[in-house]
Amino acid sequence: MLVSPYAFLAQVVQFLVALAAAPLLTGWINQWRAWLQNKTAPSLLQPYYVLHKLFQKEAVAAENASPLFRATPYVVFGCMALACGIVPAVSTDLPLAPAADAIALVGLFALARVFISLAAMDVGTAFGTLGARREMLIGFLAEPALLMALFCASLITSSTSLSAIVNKMAHSQFQLYPSMAFAGVAFTIVSLAENARVPVDNPATHLELTMVHEALVLEYSARHLALLEWAASLKLFAYSCIGLALFFPYGVAQADAPLAMLISLPALGLKLAVGGFALALIETVSAKLRIFRVPEFLAVAFVLAVIGLLVHGLLGA
Amino acid sequence: MDRMLNLDTILTVITIWVGIGVIALVAPRRTRFIAHALFPASALLSLALGALAIHGLFAPPQATILGLGLPGLPFHWRIDSLSAFFLAVIGVASAGTSIFSAGYLRKGEGTAPGLQCLQYHVFLAAMALVVLADDAYSFMVAWETMALSSYFLVMANARVASIRSAGYLYLLLAHIGAIAVLLCFGVLQASTGDFTFANLRAQQLPPFWASIAFLLAVIGFGAKAGIVPLHVWLPEAHPAAPSPVSALMSGVMLKTAVYGLLRVAFDLLHIQIAWWGALLLGLGLLTAMFGVVFTTVQTDMKRLLAFSSIENLGLVFVGTGLALMFRTYGMQALSALALTATLFHVAAHALFKTLLFLATGSVLHATGERNLGKLGGLIRTMPWVAWLGLIGALAASGLPPLAGFVSEWLLLQTFLFTTHLPTSFLNMLVPVVAAAVALVAALSAYAMVKFFGVIFLGQPREEKLRHSRDASRCERIGLAWLAAGCVMLGLFPIHAIDGIDRVTRLLVGFGLGPTVHANGWLLLAPTSIQRASYSPVIFLLVLAASTAFTAIAARIVYHGRLRRVPAWDCGYPFQTARMQDTSEGFGQPIRQIFESFFRMHRDLPSPFDARPRYRVVVEDHFWYWIYQPVQALVERVARLAGRVQQGRISIYLLYSFLTLLMMLLLMGR
Amino acid sequence: MIALLTQAINLFAAILLILAFAMITQRRILNLVHLFTAQGLTLVAATLDVGYLTAQHSLYVSAAFAFALKVVVLPTLLHRLTDRLQVRFDVEPLLNTPVTMLIGILLVAFAFDLASPIAALSASIARATLGIALASVLLSFLMMITRAKAVPQVIGFLSMENSLFFAATAATNGMPMLVELGIALDALMAFLIGGVFMFQIREQFDSLDIRHLERLREE
Repeated sequence: MLVSPYAFLAQVVQFLVALAAAPLLTGWINQWRAWLQNKTAPSLLQPYYVLHKLFQKEAVAAENASPLFRATPYVVFGCMALACGIVPAVSTDLPLAPAADAIALVGLFALARVFISLAAMDVGTAFGTLGARREMLIGFLAEPALLMALFCASLITSSTSLSAIVNKMAHSQFQLYPSMAFAGVAFTIVSLAENARVPVDNPATHLELTMVHEALVLEYSARHLALLEWAASLKLFAYSCIGLALFFPYGVAQADAPLAMLISLPALGLKLAVGGFALALIETVSAKLRIFRVPEFLAVAFVLAVIGLLVHGLLGA
Repeated sequence: MDRMLNLDTILTVITIWVGIGVIALVAPRRTRFIAHALFPASALLSLALGALAIHGLFAPPQATILGLGLPGLPFHWRIDSLSAFFLAVIGVASAGTSIFSAGYLRKGEGTAPGLQCLQYHVFLAAMALVVLADDAYSFMVAWETMALSSYFLVMANARVASIRSAGYLYLLLAHIGAIAVLLCFGVLQASTGDFTFANLRAQQLPPFWASIAFLLAVIGFGAKAGIVPLHVWLPEAHPAAPSPVSALMSGVMLKTAVYGLLRVAFDLLHIQIAWWGALLLGLGLLTAMFGVVFTTVQTDMKRLLAFSSIENLGLVFVGTGLALMFRTYGMQALSALALTATLFHVAAHALFKTLLFLATGSVLHATGERNLGKLGGLIRTMPWVAWLGLIGALAASGLPPLAGFVSEWLLLQTFLFTTHLPTSFLNMLVPVVAAAVALVAALSAYAMVKFFGVIFLGQPREEKLRHSRDASRCERIGLAWLAAGCVMLGLFPIHAIDGIDRVTRLLVGFGLGPTVHANGWLLLAPTSIQRASYSPVIFLLVLAASTAFTAIAARIVYHGRLRRVPAWDCGYPFQTARMQDTSEGFGQPIRQIFESFFRMHRDLPSPFDARPRYRVVVEDHFWYWIYQPVQALVERVARLAGRVQQGRISIYLLYSFLTLLMMLLLMGR
Repeated sequence: MIALLTQAINLFAAILLILAFAMITQRRILNLVHLFTAQGLTLVAATLDVGYLTAQHSLYVSAAFAFALKVVVLPTLLHRLTDRLQVRFDVEPLLNTPVTMLIGILLVAFAFDLASPIAALSASIARATLGIALASVLLSFLMMITRAKAVPQVIGFLSMENSLFFAATAATNGMPMLVELGIALDALMAFLIGGVFMFQIREQFDSLDIRHLERLREE
């Protein structure tokens, strides 16, 4: 299986762009959240400064933390990096794309979720297990909803490979797909839940009883925490790119066209900027849900995605 | 000569198994000898059986007749691809269990070790003979032997009352199933009197009788597989048995039921009717949902795994139902895909469920506790069991790149292809079923995080847990063998699908082998790479590479210092091990969301109690809806019939006299 | 352009179904009114679309009428009503949300299955969306059944009328003008009477919880 040099270049560019730009996206969203709330915003590069600061610190771990606890940040970071490498954000000509399709991507997110829940349970404090329980509660409904939303796209393009989906949707005639409307609403809800955004979870909270994502990383410090924060940014980047790939796949470079990346990179930047603003807007106008309303919220996403599949069966689109 | 060699060798291996059991009878209390000589020998024989079975998978079918049995009713044995596949599963899973038992067997647990060894080997031999049987008679003999030997194994510790009642319930339901299977064979032979499978295959039953036979097969084999509502014996019998026996029952015995259903539905019945597949689909889905929801609320670690087995068998039935449905509509390729997913799941479940049960066996021996509320933190004192158990838990959750994910991937691919069924109702049904399967898979991950996290992670909830010892060497070998199986099956699914290809060709006339081969050994692509592909090896390599790269880079660019401190206590210094989540607490959100599935009884404390108590009892609705009314009815009928027995001799003489008069009257006509 | 507008009809139908579903799960009454307004807008857009594609000018009048009634008049009245009655939140619905949504999925599948042969007989350009319209009707009915306060029930009734309007457009390219006027007037009347009733209920029981009406039963 020989990989063409253009494909290899595209893959490397994809990885580098994801790793470098993910904290930038997080910084952009934080800026807009502050501006929409009439506050002074931190610098756009603030997440980079935070990562640099954390890496320099001395790592501190609980006395009874096991090797699983210490290995998890690296595993989770690896999972998110692989996820960013599979989603066709810059180009669809990715050599890694045949290795994992949409279902494997969802499985990859599930793997990361299981590992971080186990690591949270490892130290054996009340907060860790609380976070693990809540994370698995959100995950058990979000994962099937995401899968069904991806299936709506798969049914239209007869493929579960994300590159093939983007190729077909971007380069065939523009068409309005009603089932994608359902998938869109479902995907938005799932992204909010999985990336720990208001209305499911407040990423800036400091009250332990309201935490979901923060409770999972409560015991981590220094380079471990830096890797987990970076992994969270990568997850948000990956989800945004999946959303763009499903709903706005225009401008992504195709096979054997490396110069097209010169167009697709700015296009990606523009799309992510608009998407980030939309996310900040949704976060500002929503209130955080009570924890037991979250399964209902996610059940809405799940049901909408299933109805999207049924609508596809009815209308053929 | 090579043609007959395979089947004869297999039968010889099975006979040696029984021979080992008989040898153990010679000195029933010599635990050392049995544990260190007999069980490892048995494990080697299992490996040999597995190898022979894999060889038989690719060879043409062989048959033989043994003169044992009744005159005029000899035993027919035959090995074809379907038998060979299940035989391979039996061989590989039992190898791990036998070598584990070599380290697990201890004195003083009820039945003598020698007797247990005999029952164990008879059980193994009976399971192998079930899949090799070529006529209904030998099938039923092997089936009953399997049920009886496993009953005795479950009752190994018969002094405990709950174990006795669990065993009794198991035997009862096993026999109800056996009666249904017997009736099924009776219908299939259509009054020809010849019970060989070759004859049953040749019968052309009218659709009504074929449906009756199919329903009887579903009831009979479903009772053994633990399909709702005939599942009530599973959560009782599996925890009651010793752990290697639970592992074999869950990992292997349930699969013989799947074998039976596949044999009857696809091979022996010459037609298939559409609603059969829909029935299996519905039953499987109900079982899977029921099983997984109950798994998340259990507090006994072996009951948790038993309900997880119910869930996985439900998914297997869903796949079988899909394959049947597609075959009815003549969609052979889709039927083969669904059947491949099902058989892969059978193999994967055999491996990871056996691994998990054996891990709980080690934990039970080390700590003496089965209750999740009294375990915790065992990853520090029992690292071997914990890390190998982690592989099993990840495989059970269906996470890439392990074995459980591949079967889920294949099953979901099948759902995606199915938008062109003739009935629009089925077209509407399929996305809903796909969504339900995805939901079941996600919930099983929840349950496995609970299982692994509460037992092995966190702080020990009891003081004595700090003194637990890790598994012995033989136990470690057994666990490692099964864990390696999970990993290998997950990383190299192409080779397994090659073998399964033979089975699907036999059952539905189509196989995925050529298509899968065309895309190389690295990439799994059932139809085309454009359509869907998955490469577990590349997946694992890239994941491992990025993990390692990140670890090394962080250390080089910055530093790798680590300091140990007490855990974060939020300013409250009196934290105890009891303040982490209990198993009830971890499952409480699911219990609240799925409240209607349970029959729940809660005692809540009031603020005025001097000694507040909280008690929650979660039970099974089916017990109260079906079994108790049936039991009440049976008791009433028995009481009515009991009126005949008056206890007075003159009455009994009167009965004999009346019978004599009746016969003379009938003779006179 | 024509192809795009034809696909847009399916899209509007899908949005209608999404809104009907969202209404089942909403608890805040103000949000319900907003969703109802959005439904009205979707309806107007769809009617204009069908009118343009089939060159039936009566549909333009229909659309204007619907705009006036469903997007301007009725939401304003609903706003005033909720203000005066001082209702904000609905109480716990009679069936909990997951079960309601499960029943919703089954109703949708049932409606789709039912509508496929009927859609084959229709000659309208929007006939494929008949199943969706039917599903919206059933979902609005479900919403009416499972609510425990009076205002959401009225909104459910109005939403059902919206879906019927869309179903008529889908099946027969709009109803005859007289029938439409009649139906619209009926809806308006029902709404006004419903409003009067709500004040009466509130006066009698000091609350809009309809379960209090059970007290009026003869013992």
